[in-house]
Amino acid sequence: MMLEVTLQGKQTILETREVTLRFGGLEALNGLSFSVTPHQIVSIIGPNGAGKTTLLNAITGVYSPHGGEIFFHGAPISRLKPFQIAALGINRTFQQAQLFSNMSVLQNVMVGMHPKTKAGFLSGALHPPGERIEEKKIRERAERLLAFFGLLPKADWTPGHLSIAEQKRLEISRAMASEPELLLLDEPVAGLNIRETEALGDLIIRLKEQGQTIILVEHNMHLVMGISDWLIVLHHGSKIGEGRPEEMQKDSQVVEAYLGR
Amino acid sequence: MTLSLQIFQFILSGLTAGSTYALIAIGFSLIHNATGIVNFAQGEFVMLGGMFMITFYTFLKFPMLLSFILTVFSVAAVGLLLERGPIRRARSKEILILVMITIGASIFIKGLSMILWGKNPMTLPSFSGEAPIVFLGAAVMPQSIWIFGITMGVVAALSYFFKGTMTGKAMRAVAASRRSARLTGIPVDRMILLSFTLSGALGAVAGIILTPITTTSYDVGVMLGLKGFSAAILGGYGSMPGAVIGGLLLGTLESLAAGLISSEYKDALAFLILLTALFFKPSGILGRGRLRQV
Amino acid sequence: MGNKNKIFLLIYALIIFTLPAILQNNYHLMVLNVAALNIMVVIGLNLLMGYAGQISLGHAAFFGLGAYLSAIFTATHGVPLWLAMPLAMAIAGIVAYLIAIPTLKLEGHYLVMATLGFNIIIYIVMIQFDAVTGGPSGFAGIPRMQIGGLIFASDRQIYYLFWAISIAVLFFSLNLIHSRVGRAMAALSHNEIAAGCAGVDTEGYKAKIFVISAVLASLAGSLYAHYITFISPGTFSFFYSIQVVTMVLVGGRGSLWGSVFGALLLTLLPEALHAVQEYSVLIYGLILMVVLVFFPRGLFPGIGGLFAKRRTVLPPDSRERPALEKRA
Repeated sequence: MMLEVTLQGKQTILETREVTLRFGGLEALNGLSFSVTPHQIVSIIGPNGAGKTTLLNAITGVYSPHGGEIFFHGAPISRLKPFQIAALGINRTFQQAQLFSNMSVLQNVMVGMHPKTKAGFLSGALHPPGERIEEKKIRERAERLLAFFGLLPKADWTPGHLSIAEQKRLEISRAMASEPELLLLDEPVAGLNIRETEALGDLIIRLKEQGQTIILVEHNMHLVMGISDWLIVLHHGSKIGEGRPEEMQKDSQVVEAYLGR
Repeated sequence: MTLSLQIFQFILSGLTAGSTYALIAIGFSLIHNATGIVNFAQGEFVMLGGMFMITFYTFLKFPMLLSFILTVFSVAAVGLLLERGPIRRARSKEILILVMITIGASIFIKGLSMILWGKNPMTLPSFSGEAPIVFLGAAVMPQSIWIFGITMGVVAALSYFFKGTMTGKAMRAVAASRRSARLTGIPVDRMILLSFTLSGALGAVAGIILTPITTTSYDVGVMLGLKGFSAAILGGYGSMPGAVIGGLLLGTLESLAAGLISSEYKDALAFLILLTALFFKPSGILGRGRLRQV
Repeated sequence: MGNKNKIFLLIYALIIFTLPAILQNNYHLMVLNVAALNIMVVIGLNLLMGYAGQISLGHAAFFGLGAYLSAIFTATHGVPLWLAMPLAMAIAGIVAYLIAIPTLKLEGHYLVMATLGFNIIIYIVMIQFDAVTGGPSGFAGIPRMQIGGLIFASDRQIYYLFWAISIAVLFFSLNLIHSRVGRAMAALSHNEIAAGCAGVDTEGYKAKIFVISAVLASLAGSLYAHYITFISPGTFSFFYSIQVVTMVLVGGRGSLWGSVFGALLLTLLPEALHAVQEYSVLIYGLILMVVLVFFPRGLFPGIGGLFAKRRTVLPPDSRERPALEKRA
């Protein structure tokens, strides 16, 4: 572990240490340890059931690990609630886009800004000038985000009417609304065609170029090999390999995991 | 009377009330297991049990056994109608809505009873007279023995039903996993209908055996239903042995507290116990936890 | 809050404040006064049910707490009104908070039972604690509503006061719905996990909304006490709790205008049914069933009709992964 940190040469933004998580008798995560350095796209891959989504849930506080610890900028976060983790600067998308279909596309993104804004119940009810200014800023920033993600013309639509690719982009824009340091994307291109996949891949690279650190959980090997800086391979909740994409492609253990025995 | 004898007396009378709570609790569990909803009309089934019995036996002068059977069938039919009618036809399957529908049904049944039977309390004669039997120094009403005995009989019959018959096992399958039950060809809808019908029958039995002791009127359903529900939660929602234990326990604790502390707050005690049980062990004494995972 | 709402609010206020000129019968005014209070309770409850996705069958207890506490403080202990009412509201709020903490860990109808149980306990306390509350025969001699030196003695005066407060509550609530908090609540009601990951303190908000709804109910209760000047436990039984929940559902969860409509309809209806007193319970139950069976979203459903959290009749199997991992 020490070796990995110095190899990267930069400070770790996220680190998991011996993280274990059980569901009933099943160990979804088994002593998982790895670390992520900033401004990179790190992809987590592995066969189905390897624990990838569970890992994201553990990082974002949806589940609490039964063993081990997760560190964000060196501070332990495994006991924190999801909203606290969002406030710290970690945000995510879901395997199946969990959009708020009871509000507009724009309002979805506006909700994403919750951790960075502060008007409370009293301000909300009384609607004083300070609150109006904040609302205006929220709206403007949300519109800028939608524009970046190519969704501005559909700002007043309900998410249900968007295409899958648009829904995925909306979810990412909602996650980006809170200006997270670390973005977790759970199978962002699942269900997209080749063209849409490439477009989203480009978008993810653009986000990285803007300084975003991204952890990507994906099955689409073409995308993963194309955009990742680093790969972590999971199998049965454990890490069976990590390294640069080209290295992992040749790793026998990894290949075996995918092809089965 | 010595204290220990008093306590013994309280326990005995507590077991009496507790038996009926147990029957009501089983009714709740049945429907909850099959559908996930709380049937707030359960208490009204109990009330109807008393009312129908009075109608058949006292007004129409039918023999006791015949009245008993007719009553059970009548209230079972009410349960059936409730499921086939508002519950089945509801446009939303959301649990809150269905539960509120049962509340609407309970209000409706209460209102109907008020019109049909008036507001005055009515009673039934005890099954075998009023002469108290002395048992280990305490006085026991013969009706209490009937109550306890019939309850145990019903519980035994239900146990056999659930463990020994195909239909009973099918119902347990539905309770465990509706999806899987459907996949194995069990007619889930019919099982749900059965659960409502059975709950109606159980409520009727509870009402019939209890009325000679407590009298009945159009508005007893509410309190009895809530106590039965408390008992169900206390014993672990969804478990029949749990419902029985919960019922007996609730009845006993209630009786002891009323006798030793204060009889005025007796009804509130049941709910205090419930709130405490919910606070410390939401899954009840014997139940599987359905706590939301955080 | 959007121009449409502002216009509706204006028209609403206009109608409300010109009505007394037309209505001469004080009894009608009294019914409307009670309706104004019910609207307050129902709006608070709708915030809880429609936005926090919670269920309370115990709001009569908060209504009653407001009434009895304010009555006891002023009549028995001579506390001035301007202090007694906020005090009652504060106590109701604290009690609500204490209830919210443990029960928010529970799900679905366990919470219903907890609030229902609370309602019944308070009701029984009202009856049994007769030295303080006057017992089943009630509590009389409550001082009238007054602000500064102005005493509100007539139904007409009360009308203007109560409806001003009621409309103010609606106004502030509409503002709230359209604010950052309102969006967070809507998100929370629709998809709690996603809302949490987006940064909404879901447990905290649910508790706060429960407290707010309790405080509103308590305010309404205090106003009621100082209007009628006599209160008795019967008014605060859980039947009232069910009535207000019904009003929310009939109007539509998530729709504040729906709450206004539901509260008005179901307050005026029993009065209209007074002629058929005997049948009123029966008809009430019937209406409840009919509306819920055929109009589960209420008569004014919220945006997109999807304000309520998606719930299925199926409880999850104990072996299945939590909803997050399920394929739809």
